[in-house]
Amino acid sequence: MTESLDLIPVLPELLVVLAAMALLMLGVFRKGEGTASTTTLAVLVLIGAMLLTWAVGGSERALTFGGLFVLDPFSVFTKVLLLAASAITAAMSLNFLEKEKLGRFEYPILILLATLGMMMMVSANDFLALYLGLEIQSLSLYVLAAYHRDSTKATESGLKYYVLGSLASGMLLYGVSLVYGFSGTTSFDALAKLFGGEHAVHPHLGFIAGLVFVLAGLAFKISAAPFHMWTPDVYEGAPTPVTSFFAVAPKIAAMALLVRVMTGPFGELSDQWRQVIAFIALGSMFVGSFAAIAQNNIKRLMAYSSIGHVGFMLVGVAAGSADGIQGVLIYLAIYLSMNVGVFAVILSMRQKGRMVEGVDDLAGLGKTNPAMAAAMAVLMFSMAGIPPMAGFIGKFYVFKAAVDAGLYTLAIIGVVTSVVSAYYYLRIIKVMYFDEAVESLDRSGSKALGLVLAAATIVNIVFIAIPGPLLNSAKAAALVLFPAAG
Amino acid sequence: MTDWPLLSLTTFLPLLGALFILAIRGEAQVVARNARNVALLTSVATFVVSLFILGYFDAASAEFQLKESAVWLPGTAITYSMGVDGISVWFVLLATFLTPICILSSVGAVEKRVKEYMVAFLVLETMMVGMFCALDMVLFYVFFEGVLLPMFIIIGVWGGARRVYAAYKLFLYTLLGSVLMLVAMLAMYFDARTTDIPTLMAHSFPEAMQLWLWLAFFASFAVKVPMWPVHTWLPDAHVEAPTAGSVILAGVLLKMGAYGFIRFSVPMFPLASEYFTPLVYTLSIVAVIYTSLVALVQEDMKKLIAYSSVAHMGYVTIGIFSMTTQGVEGALYQMLSHGVVSGALFLCVGVVYDRMHTREITRYGGLAERMPKYALVFMFMTMASVGLPGTGGFIGEFLVLLGVFQVNTWVALFAATGLVLGACYALYLYRRVVFGRLTRDDLKSILDLSPREVLMFAPLIVIVIWMGIYPITFLEPMHASVAKLIDNYELARAAAESLSVAAR
Repeated sequence: MTESLDLIPVLPELLVVLAAMALLMLGVFRKGEGTASTTTLAVLVLIGAMLLTWAVGGSERALTFGGLFVLDPFSVFTKVLLLAASAITAAMSLNFLEKEKLGRFEYPILILLATLGMMMMVSANDFLALYLGLEIQSLSLYVLAAYHRDSTKATESGLKYYVLGSLASGMLLYGVSLVYGFSGTTSFDALAKLFGGEHAVHPHLGFIAGLVFVLAGLAFKISAAPFHMWTPDVYEGAPTPVTSFFAVAPKIAAMALLVRVMTGPFGELSDQWRQVIAFIALGSMFVGSFAAIAQNNIKRLMAYSSIGHVGFMLVGVAAGSADGIQGVLIYLAIYLSMNVGVFAVILSMRQKGRMVEGVDDLAGLGKTNPAMAAAMAVLMFSMAGIPPMAGFIGKFYVFKAAVDAGLYTLAIIGVVTSVVSAYYYLRIIKVMYFDEAVESLDRSGSKALGLVLAAATIVNIVFIAIPGPLLNSAKAAALVLFPAAG
Repeated sequence: MTDWPLLSLTTFLPLLGALFILAIRGEAQVVARNARNVALLTSVATFVVSLFILGYFDAASAEFQLKESAVWLPGTAITYSMGVDGISVWFVLLATFLTPICILSSVGAVEKRVKEYMVAFLVLETMMVGMFCALDMVLFYVFFEGVLLPMFIIIGVWGGARRVYAAYKLFLYTLLGSVLMLVAMLAMYFDARTTDIPTLMAHSFPEAMQLWLWLAFFASFAVKVPMWPVHTWLPDAHVEAPTAGSVILAGVLLKMGAYGFIRFSVPMFPLASEYFTPLVYTLSIVAVIYTSLVALVQEDMKKLIAYSSVAHMGYVTIGIFSMTTQGVEGALYQMLSHGVVSGALFLCVGVVYDRMHTREITRYGGLAERMPKYALVFMFMTMASVGLPGTGGFIGEFLVLLGVFQVNTWVALFAATGLVLGACYALYLYRRVVFGRLTRDDLKSILDLSPREVLMFAPLIVIVIWMGIYPITFLEPMHASVAKLIDNYELARAAAESLSVAAR
């Protein structure tokens, strides 16, 4: 390890944090409202950080801050994804914020700070660094959830998120303290060494308890069942652009974090955590598919859908192999493309200038706006995992890893719940194409929304023909977590 | 041999047409006409291209031919690979042959959202052809499930009154079966470390594993065939689908399940296939007799033909699992002839439905007075469905019975009773619709077949007669592939038996 402080690996983070401060100053000292300029700048910063991440990340593993911070292909891959997610959702929100008169300069800054936290999370190589990143992220998200402060629903969702989120953070911290107490270290590398290699020690029961607490805290952050209760309420209550942000970026970061913790410090203890992961995967798939059937609010529906998707990703984690992690990463990338597309549609759902959120409000869209309906249909088929849409490849890879790891029961229950979930995705297609329009939606979508929707749709259709680049980079990213397999 | 990637060309040409149609802009009427023309042109061109496949096909070889392969999913053994043998080549042709006829039949019948309708049909054709050409298990799966997408839309948007229910039922039933097959495919991949279908055919899976894999594939294919008791989605889907949708459904989609049995279940899991043969026989006989009886009491013309399809597919499954040359070839022949004949019968229903907008049998009667040409076509197809010698239906059914008689006379006996019942419901339907006195006022002005409809039926009639009197054209290319299938099956059985003898 080098003694001098090497700042090259943290350049993207530095960029984001400096930009956030600069934009804050700009917002405070400039007269007048106006999110447009700050949001545009924030989007540019995010894109810049994404390119910078790409540039500084090599195939090598680089440590800095005394081993607290790691930059490897895995963190590069997930950082690029989450920066893309933040940039896209921030760009999509502009139109909405202006129409709903929510435009305040704090919004893009909060997004930047949350993104900073996420970047720290995926690069954490120590439980304390992890906690730091997680809290920066969570605190920004709590505020964002209650961003529409004149709405009772939004404030309620913010408060709910805050209370439950703090509880989860507390559990996580307690778990970390147990881990530290029984092993004497919080460093991922040191922990991995402790249980692996020739002088492997058997973990103490207290350590396992710590592991379970950590897992529970992380499960809350990825909204996996049985820690999912907050998700539908927060999704529904928060302003839609915030929901679209919640649905992707924090999910990617938390899932990446979970993967790193499970394969890094606890990598040798997979026998201990596999059943826990398998259990929450099953729970999430069940909740995600059955509970969504009865939903009529499209944001709540998307909340349950995301719980289901998390369940499918956890199947890949449960496999605990490089293939499984590759599957999770592929799934995350496809999940990103599907979700931003769907939220682009939700954000443009307006009737006579007012926001609507009911599934039934989409009725007859196939006639009134055929292009948007077709795009939405593609995305829904993709979400349901029907080939030849991209969503199929994501599911295929996680189930492939699960079968390879001998988790047949999990795989079979997984595919069956995916059929159940197909029911409610099809329902949206049914509403759009088979039902007659009661009141048609406005054709007022902004350019940014249309662009995102078109891009997401094309990605989801064409991905099956050229899957190579994503599969290869996901493979490279997954392999660094398994030095032995590489 | 040719350098052209003929199979990929046949598969993706319709998709190209679909993209063209999507680009059409302008007034609704013009768009509809242009979309129709482009779709018709594309599908005819596809049929012509697919004839080249037959032209380059070497009938003497049992190997997969016109092979193509390309990298698809890097880091795995899964590749994009295509190829046809003597079995699949006919189904490719069946799909490309029926699609232009379907598109022709929807002129006048489909008036709303014509553009989307044509796109859906061309996408459907891509999926069907790709499925029969795929030589990689995962690629097969992608096409196999991909068929559901356009079908769901076709039934749901252009279907009848209960279309939503029917579309859902079709989709969820078949999806549930297919996902189990997907898990089985993954398990196979990790046992054999390949997804290449020809390699997998040569791979011998452990016997205990074969049983599970067979059941998982059965869950998918039995729904698709469909076999009793998982056939209930079919009558609903048929009744609600637009005419052309029914034609494709009966003509090609039902063949996907039986094709799957021949391509996967029998060659890859021979021991399990032998073990489960009694189950297949039982379900097939129930299908043949029970659904024939059900067909007898139907009030709706389409529903009656739908049930008759279930019965006819019962012969196919009996033939496949008899594992004799005659049985398997008969099953294949029956699939081809049923594809044409049942497609034609649905078109016949479509002709009167377009005029009267009802499919209730009692609303018709005495059509022969006003529609002599129609009566002739309908009678011809009814006879082919019954299996009258001289039509394609006879050859298939006869070969199946001949094949199964060699292994199990009881099955042959029960299956043969189905022939009698088949004649009952088909002739009864014909009598009620076409014969008798023309009493209803609204029927007195009904018009006979238009030139377009004659054009639509002519190729079907030619093919049915050809299949009836000169079957060798169609059987010849099958021989080598079927012989290889049966040889491998017998070898696997013999190997397993000698193993159990040695163990004693």
